[in-house]
Amino acid sequence: MSATAEAGIARKVQDDGHDDGHGDGHGDGAGQGGHHSPGAHGSVRSYVTGFVLSVVLTAIPFWLVMGDVLGDTLKTSIVIMAFAAVQIVVHMIYFLHMNTKSEGGWTFMALVFTLTLVVITLVGSIWVMYHLDRNMMPMTPHEALHRP
Amino acid sequence: MFSNLDLQQIVFGRLTLESIPYHEPILLWTFIVVAAGGVSLLGAITWFGQWGYLWREWFTSVDHKKIGIMYVVLAIVMLLRGFADAVMMITQKALAVGVNEGYLPPHHYDQVFTAHGTIMIFFMAMPFVTGMMNYVMPLQIGARDVAFPFLNNFSFWMTAGGAALIMLSLFVGEFARTGWLAYPPLSGAAYSPGVGVDYYIWGLQVAGVGTTLSGINLITTIVKMRAPGMTMMKMPVFCWTTLCSNAIIVTIFPVLTATLALLSLDRYVGTHFFTNDYGGNSMLYMNLIWIWGHPEVYVLVLPAFGIFSEVVSTFCGKRLFGYTSMVYATAVIAFVSWLVWLHHFFTMGSGASVNAFFGITTMIISIPTGAKVFNWLFTMYRGRIRFESPMIWVMGFIPTFVLGGLTGVLLAVPPADFVLHNSLFLVAHFHNVIIGGVVFGLLAGVNYWFPKAFGYKLDPFWGKVSFWCWLAGFWVVFTPIYALGLMGVTRRTQHFDDVAVQPYLTVAVIGVFIIMAGIAAFLVQLVVSFFRREQLRDLTGDPWGGRTLEWSTSSPPPPYNFAFTPVVHDLDAWWDMKRRGYARPLQGYRPIHMPRSTSAGVILAGLSTVLGFAMIWYIWWLAALSFVALIAAAIRHTFDYDRDDHIPADEVARFEELRTAQLANGVRADA
Amino acid sequence: MHETTAPPGAAAPVFYQQEEHAHGESGTLLGFWLYLMSDCLIFAVLFATYGVLGRNYAAGPSGAELFDLRLVALNTGLLLLSSITYGFAMLEMEKNRVDATLRWLAITGAFGAAFLAIELYEFAHLIHEGATPQRSAFLSAFFTLVGTHGLHVTFGIVWLVTLMVQVRRYGLIADNQRRLMCLSMFWHFLDVVWIGVFTFVYLMGSMR
Repeated sequence: MSATAEAGIARKVQDDGHDDGHGDGHGDGAGQGGHHSPGAHGSVRSYVTGFVLSVVLTAIPFWLVMGDVLGDTLKTSIVIMAFAAVQIVVHMIYFLHMNTKSEGGWTFMALVFTLTLVVITLVGSIWVMYHLDRNMMPMTPHEALHRP
Repeated sequence: MFSNLDLQQIVFGRLTLESIPYHEPILLWTFIVVAAGGVSLLGAITWFGQWGYLWREWFTSVDHKKIGIMYVVLAIVMLLRGFADAVMMITQKALAVGVNEGYLPPHHYDQVFTAHGTIMIFFMAMPFVTGMMNYVMPLQIGARDVAFPFLNNFSFWMTAGGAALIMLSLFVGEFARTGWLAYPPLSGAAYSPGVGVDYYIWGLQVAGVGTTLSGINLITTIVKMRAPGMTMMKMPVFCWTTLCSNAIIVTIFPVLTATLALLSLDRYVGTHFFTNDYGGNSMLYMNLIWIWGHPEVYVLVLPAFGIFSEVVSTFCGKRLFGYTSMVYATAVIAFVSWLVWLHHFFTMGSGASVNAFFGITTMIISIPTGAKVFNWLFTMYRGRIRFESPMIWVMGFIPTFVLGGLTGVLLAVPPADFVLHNSLFLVAHFHNVIIGGVVFGLLAGVNYWFPKAFGYKLDPFWGKVSFWCWLAGFWVVFTPIYALGLMGVTRRTQHFDDVAVQPYLTVAVIGVFIIMAGIAAFLVQLVVSFFRREQLRDLTGDPWGGRTLEWSTSSPPPPYNFAFTPVVHDLDAWWDMKRRGYARPLQGYRPIHMPRSTSAGVILAGLSTVLGFAMIWYIWWLAALSFVALIAAAIRHTFDYDRDDHIPADEVARFEELRTAQLANGVRADA
Repeated sequence: MHETTAPPGAAAPVFYQQEEHAHGESGTLLGFWLYLMSDCLIFAVLFATYGVLGRNYAAGPSGAELFDLRLVALNTGLLLLSSITYGFAMLEMEKNRVDATLRWLAITGAFGAAFLAIELYEFAHLIHEGATPQRSAFLSAFFTLVGTHGLHVTFGIVWLVTLMVQVRRYGLIADNQRRLMCLSMFWHFLDVVWIGVFTFVYLMGSMR
């Protein structure tokens, strides 16, 4: 078992080309080999921190919308989307234990790649379809609301 | 009477005897031929008592090499089906001019072109590419299998299950008449009430699951299982293109799955995503399906680029020119492929700003592609080129593909696209890049890696016949098609009033028969090579003077690929080993840890196929039953913890001693 | 970029590894992560569809008229609680305590089931009011996006129960630990998607 783990480390070292902090990271793994993944690690403290932050970051947007605090739809939308973005980061760090090192950086890279593509899909589709509607079917918001 | 009808509907859904198209002579004859062929094949397998062998050694195998071969066999079978559709289509076009109506009625012609596109992309090109990646990539990185061997088997059977559904539509019911991407509202319940679109949806959904899982599998394999010392920048280019191609697969196939799921909700549940009324928007479907569709083109062509890179450097006896730029070009293409989808519907009306953005991104993507072409040319420059069968495909590919790419850049200019949209020019363009790029690449790959997989080379004479027929045939077909497109002839037309198009179409028909000769020559090549296998035998494992690790093991490789994992010090690892005098260890074999064969993949994929069939025909009880059975079988499989086996050391020793003897023979034969 | 190669004639380096090395043993977690990434794209399509069609009410009810934000807040709380209880299960797993792990997993499953029950209640209520998925493109997109998330939670609960049986029967062996880690990622991932759902669908849809 230990020989296997060592071989694994040696191979990772070769992959990364440098070894800063890699060996230390392995030591955290509570005695389980190959533990460099999201979903692993964590402590009561980190889970509770994540939970409290999430509750706060959820409560504020609900309060903003339910109480109509800002009084302006666009402003509220931007603020609550910002809160959502922050909360997603909180979940990633405290619940999914994302970091730039796990699995030799591959999970993080996959995440960044995917998020980029998610943004492209969302923004691209909405942009394309919005322009289509504007060009091909111009109508007022009121008409849009009541079109068949 | 009524209760009788109800009972039949409950048991068979909308499947009735009327669904069997025995009143269509073409289909009837096709069915008779297929049935006769099928029965004789199954009979032969039974007669020779090969079922047990096939089941144990192939169907349930989790060996990436066998699964790769099964993918390629599936692809070749589907190539024949898709090509038959192509022949029917073009002959119909050439005949149905002026007063002549041709021999395919519109409802049949529409199914034929839909099936041609669907089959060629999803069930020919995709399995072919996946099979190549499956077979070669683990060998190139010095691994013993893929990361998830069971999943690999399951993925293959899902793809095969999807193909089976599509083939079934030929004889039970009908196929979609909507074009290969099934645009709504035509593909909606109102305008396509039959089972055609449902066959399309379920065929693609079942196969799509397999494709996504295989993508995850191959990426994990590359990330986790490279031989020690093989850093990312020492990986063969084919592995890089495999990685990038699968990164696209893993991100686009969910988009396809979701989009088709929305379409099925419209069809089955009556939602309003893509309908004309109640706020639906059919253009949203086009937007979503092309977010999948454009990157898909690069899924197919990137591995082909990888094959060309491997072949060029081997047959020029040189390291690939510009390896680093090749890697970056591949990665850039993979990413930018996500930013060009709208060029498939410039004419939709999104306006100047949107069209300009996507026109420019489309032109940008040609830059890294062009860089690759220069890299191949510079690899050949001052190389000692050996014109063996794999290499001639590269020589044919470069000019063909460059012209195809250039017509693509023409189409990327939105004003030009407004003229050429949906014309035969577009049809000629994408066949130019897909045949000239993907198919030529795959056939180069077959010629290149066949000796690795089967232990003997493919016959060079028939290989050359096949190549020249394909190349000449391609240009004879598509030059007139380009010309017709520039004249404004639209695609998917079953009949032409204007007799002036007939001479062009007649030339195209001649070209199709030349391509048919090319395919026939390829099949002859397989047969002739089998009978000449003793003369063509490769004992060295390295018949071409290869550069990458797959050539360091025997042909065909042992089940475990490598008795000792190779250690990599340089790009072109095997070349480096040969140059610096490696010593093959002859003792100290250890038992090798290997995954065990399992029938779970066949069972799960079979149940999924049954589920698809039941949903297509509204046989609700069967759908529910197969769904529950699917979940139960999946859960049951997770209770099987004992999935591994060991190949004992003396068995490894037996394989390796055989190899030692072969090597000695091979040397004698050379001397 | 490349290491310099030794000149020919120098002593040949080691070309074969005589020792068996770890062979893809730990690929599962990365592979599962890649699956989650692909799942992200399914949700991206559903969010994009909702973004495009979300105001096409077809003269039917709008989100502002339909959504009960107190119910959504309750559901959000349940899912968040289930996330932290799953985290506690993972901590117990690392201490190798079977019973405590199972207890926390059961609590997690209960929260998940409560979430689903409330969601089904909400759906039934909407359908009862005539706000069916067939009523408008907005409602089609709403039911599909929220329903797909709900289906994922359902699948997660089925998986959770299966794993509880397996942990009970075989203990916290390495295979089961790995599976629990995969489910953990899945569960937290669903919570992340839910952040998008309540913000993008419910909160923004409730505003005029």
